[in-house]
Amino acid sequence: MFKDIFIDHYIYLSLVLFCIGIVGVLTRKNAIIIFMSVELMLNSVNLLLVAFSSMFADASGQVFVFFTMTVAAAEVAVGLAIIVMIYRNTRSIDIGDANKLKW
Amino acid sequence: MMSVPSAIFFFLAFVSIFCGILVITSKNPVYSCLYLVITMFAIASNYVLLNAQFLAVVQIIVYAGAIMVLFLFTIMLLNLNSNSEVHKSLLFKFLGAIGGGSLLLIVVAAMKKSELSAAPMILPNTNQTGMIQNLGQVLFTEYVFPFEIISILIITALIGAVVLAKKDVKIIEETNPTH
Repeated sequence: MFKDIFIDHYIYLSLVLFCIGIVGVLTRKNAIIIFMSVELMLNSVNLLLVAFSSMFADASGQVFVFFTMTVAAAEVAVGLAIIVMIYRNTRSIDIGDANKLKW
Repeated sequence: MMSVPSAIFFFLAFVSIFCGILVITSKNPVYSCLYLVITMFAIASNYVLLNAQFLAVVQIIVYAGAIMVLFLFTIMLLNLNSNSEVHKSLLFKFLGAIGGGSLLLIVVAAMKKSELSAAPMILPNTNQTGMIQNLGQVLFTEYVFPFEIISILIITALIGAVVLAKKDVKIIEETNPTH
């Protein structure tokens, strides 16, 4: 097909993965699958950051990816602890059942 | 004809997108986890293609090796079945797909108007920015303050996760009455 890869290809790939993550967050009711879609979105952004960092030979992009990965790990730890607590109290991880704050 | 790195990129892109779609459409949560692991391996291979070697290894160790294992443990702890999830109605799925699709459409339209660099990416990359020496140089001189703050963040998340997931003594006594 193409002989060369341009930065556009990386932008489109990252964009499609991001939109797949968005559709996953919007259409699923299982809290863990929603969490996994958020991880997919984070990964797509990391890929784009690394692509740009490699295009401009600037290490700042990859350092930022390092920090993003760390933040994602911390967020997954705390988020899964919250989901486990919700399951203990309501016996369900359906996000439609976590509506006690609704008026 | 296609050069080999270009073919590798298209293969990895196809694998990531296909497994990404399978992540969000699988009925069994364990299958979704495994497809996400494959997607992360595809992205790590993309990092290797861009010569971000340290990040590729960190992605496999941290994301595919720690975070996804944590997901799998939680799914098995919660004992999820493949048919225990009530699906949203077709209207909501349709609206969700429209929402994601419209973002895709908008950014693709914006990309058509933009004039990005016309130089092709050099794959596999040869500049040494992704090597651990250069990355460590930048990380420990320019970004040393965020680096220290991130360690505090990890400690906070660790303490938070342990405090949140600890069982209340009251709940233990209710479920296992000892007296």
